[in-house]
This record gives sequence, structure tokens and C-alpha cells, in this order.
Amino acid sequence: MSEDIYREMILDHYRNPRNKGKIEEPDVRIHDSNPLCGDEISIDLKIEGDTIKDVKFDGRGCAISQASASMLTEMVSNKPLTTIKDITKNDILENIGLTNLGPARIKCALLSLKVLKLGMIKFYTDKDPNSAEKLKEESKVF
Amino acid sequence: MQALFDVYKIKQDFPILKRNLKNGKKLIYLDNAATTQKPKQVIDAICKYYSEYNSNIHRAVYQIAEEATEEYEKTRANIQRFINARYPEEIIFTRNTTESINLIACTWGKKNIRKGNKIILTEYEHHSNIVPWQMLSNEKGAKINYTDTDENGYLNLESFSKFLEDEGETKLVSLSHMSNVLGTVYPAKEIIKMAHEKKVPVVIDGAQSVPHLHTDVQDLDCDFLAFSAHKMLGPTGVGILYVKKEILEHMPPFITGGDMIKEVHKENTVFNELPYKFEGGTPNIADVIGFNAAIEYLKRIGMENVRDHEIELIKYLYNSIKDIKGIKIYGPERVIDRGGLVTFNIEGIHPHDCATILNDFGIAIRSGHHCAQVLMEKLDIIASSRASIYIYNTKEEIDIFVDALNHVRRIFQV
Repeated sequence: MSEDIYREMILDHYRNPRNKGKIEEPDVRIHDSNPLCGDEISIDLKIEGDTIKDVKFDGRGCAISQASASMLTEMVSNKPLTTIKDITKNDILENIGLTNLGPARIKCALLSLKVLKLGMIKFYTDKDPNSAEKLKEESKVF
Repeated sequence: MQALFDVYKIKQDFPILKRNLKNGKKLIYLDNAATTQKPKQVIDAICKYYSEYNSNIHRAVYQIAEEATEEYEKTRANIQRFINARYPEEIIFTRNTTESINLIACTWGKKNIRKGNKIILTEYEHHSNIVPWQMLSNEKGAKINYTDTDENGYLNLESFSKFLEDEGETKLVSLSHMSNVLGTVYPAKEIIKMAHEKKVPVVIDGAQSVPHLHTDVQDLDCDFLAFSAHKMLGPTGVGILYVKKEILEHMPPFITGGDMIKEVHKENTVFNELPYKFEGGTPNIADVIGFNAAIEYLKRIGMENVRDHEIELIKYLYNSIKDIKGIKIYGPERVIDRGGLVTFNIEGIHPHDCATILNDFGIAIRSGHHCAQVLMEKLDIIASSRASIYIYNTKEEIDIFVDALNHVRRIFQV
């Protein structure tokens, strides 16, 4: 039942998203969309050393995609950049408390993770283009 | 006339409407613009073909093959009468509307569109009536002009007419008779007349209109008409392309190989006669035969009654939701100018969330961009919700839909 989906935590992050907006002069800016429903997420990262010093997301879409993005930014803020590599689908679904999503809506929940992983890959491969394939493999971008 | 149309009796013919969903609710199916449900008459016809006379058509000489060929061709003749085409060979079977439009672009288009030519579309077209023309234009160096719509969803005939005034550079007009998002029924006959005055042929995308409106290709005078069986009670996998015979006679073939040939030699091939020249390979025999049962079903109800039911129900639906706080309904306010659909957004609620919650009530509506992203850009939205009706929908279902929408608003506190 959708009451299980639209609990207060999701609705709170949807109405009052954390870390929403853009970073001036970000080290990475990356954007992607979900072609089926038109959800859009872009993520800006400010990196210092190997640490995510600042992260902001912008976008429009359903409550699940936007709340999931908001929660993801809280999850990675001030963490080493490499932690992004190890975040799994299940980490996200557990974090937002939705482990029973159908196949169509699961894409909404995972869009921000996809964007974040692509951002990390972009950051490293800009420095070392040869590492792109290996990083993609390791990051399990779906 | 109205007495013949008993929606509760019609409902009985649709097995799917009797099933219980996971949560025990009955299905309230409001996604008819995507595909319609199938009456048992259609399901039985398909079953009968496979159980009694499954065989390949046109060539074999034994009894069941003759039966299959006869039933297959019966559908063609019935479609001819249904849309009032002059000849059965003007009816070509494809897989769907998209393939029908691709057939035109890949055959007539490649032969007739040249560098510097122009094609007129509208900005409310489904992707299936944009992408084939983009591919063709890019290949040939032609240009597409998009006729715009006003804020109420009506076509700007002045801009259309201006596009036509270009010293013969426009070689084709292609437009949908009814928008799958705005719901507007466009003045196809008038547009065709304007184009013909400039000697420009017209493609009508009838995917949304043929299932709902009485369609007469001779009265419309369109040169091409594309539509799909599955949006009018028929099976998926059957598209129809009508082409005026005098145009069809000069079109090169599309898919080549089996069945579309008369003679094949090492160096050359003589193509089959119309319409078989355009039906390469074994067609979707079972579903074409199933489609005949769908046409029979619609004929028995009468397309005028289909339309009357639809207008009454859409009026009821429109009036039931128009005063909801924060709702924006797209397309014409005059319900008579609409087909059987209403597309809307409620401020603060994404259509996908709306559709997910409606699903709890057994209600199936569509949310997304409806394969019309050019129009979405114009409306400056990324998605919308669409409720679309057909012959088996009732006012009681609309009432449940409206209650459910209010429930969505309560969850989102808007």
C-alpha cells in the first residue's frame, strides 16, 4: 500500500529537501534523468583532498526521487569520495525505508545514486582517463 | 440509439474487469489512450484460430490454410468498410501506428522528400509522428516546421497556413487527429483541404481518433491514415496503414523478402501486387483475425454511441475535478472539442506519486510525458497525469477516481 511509501520521512525530505541548490564553481557537476517519468537530478560536488566537503542536488521529479536525493546528500556529506563506490542499491532503499518498491518506482529511488556515482567517476577520470573503465566496473553503475 | 448502449452489459464482456487485484479491489481502468481492454469475443477469435485452423496464409492449398486466409482477408475488407476506404488493397497491416508512419517515411518519404523540402508537423505530436520525420529530414537535408497550439490546446491555423505559403517547398503535412495529451480533436478535414489546395499530401495519425470517432477517409480526403488495433479493443501487434491507391501504386516496398514478391530471380525481383507488396514476411495472422472481432464489436455498438458515451463521461469527469484546489487541466475547456481523456497536474504532487496512490484504489491512470516531450517542453512540465476512458467506464468509477484524488491531496497535504 502506498501509505507505506508516503510516510512522514519521505514527505518531509520532499517538502524540505536538504542540500538543495547549486555549488558555485563545483569540482564536479553531473546531471541525469529517468526517461520513463522525467525525473531529473543534477549533483554538484566540492572536493578537498579526497573528502566531499560540500554536496548539493537540484532537480525535479516525484517524491521518491527527490527525497532519496536529499537523503543521499546527507549520507555522503564530509565522507571520503571513495565511499560512493561502495554504496549499493540496498543501502539506498534501506536508508529511505522503502525495500518493497516495484520495478518502475525503484528507478526513481536510485536515480540520485546513479548520478552521484557518475560524478565520482567523472572526477577521477578527468584526472586519469585510463581509470574510467575500472572505476565503472567497481562502482556498479546500473 | 442510446438504449442500445448499456455500459453495464458491455462491462460483462470484458473478463479483465471481473478480476480482483492484489488488495482485493476491482480494476478501474482509465488508461485507455495507452491501450484498451479486450472483450471475450476478441480473445475467443484468437483462441479459435490457434485451436482450429492455425496455418500460414496466402500460399498453401489445404483446407485450414484457406480458412485462415479467408479470415485474415475478411479483417481487411471489414477495416475498409469501417473507415470507408474505396478498395481493400488500400489497407496495409503493420505492427502498430509507429510502424505505419515509419513505412510512409521509409518508402514514400525517401522517394519524394529532397534537400531543402519542408515537412509540417505540430508541436503536440506523439514521438511516433516526430522521430521518423526527423530521421528522414536529417538524411535528406529537409526541414520540419512545427505548427503551434494556443494555451487552450487549439491549433494555430494561421501559422499552419503561413507554413504552407512557401512556393512549393512543403512536400508533406503529418498530424495527429487527436492529441494523446491535450485530448483536443483537431479539424482534420479543414487542414487537409488547406494542404490539398497547395497540392501537399497529408498523413493523419489516427491512433487516438479512430477508436473514438466515426472515421471516413473519403470524406476526410486524407492521403494516409495510421492507427492501431490495440487502442480499439483489438490485440496488440496489429497496426493499420491506409494509403490512397493512386499514391500506393507509386510507393517502393518497405520490408522485403517473403510474401511481398511475385517472382524472385538471382538478379532481380518482381514485387507482389497491392497490398501484399507492403506486407513482407508472415504477418500477425492470429491478431489480425482477432481484430476483426473488435471491429464487429464496435460496429454493433455504433461509433456514434461510443462517442456519445464518451462525451457524457468526459463532461462528468471534467466537471468533477475542475474545481480541485491547485489542479491544472490541459487542453480545451469545451468538452465537445475533446476526445475521451483528461490530462492534469495538481500543484505539489508529482504525477508518479499520484498514480502510485491511485493504484491502491485499483485505479490505473498514466503518468509521465506520454511520449510527447516536445509538447511537455512547451507546457514547461516534465510530466502529467492522464485519465482516459472507453466504452466500459462508468460514472461510479469516475466518482471513485475523484475520491481517490482527494485522498492523494490529503497525503501530500495540499
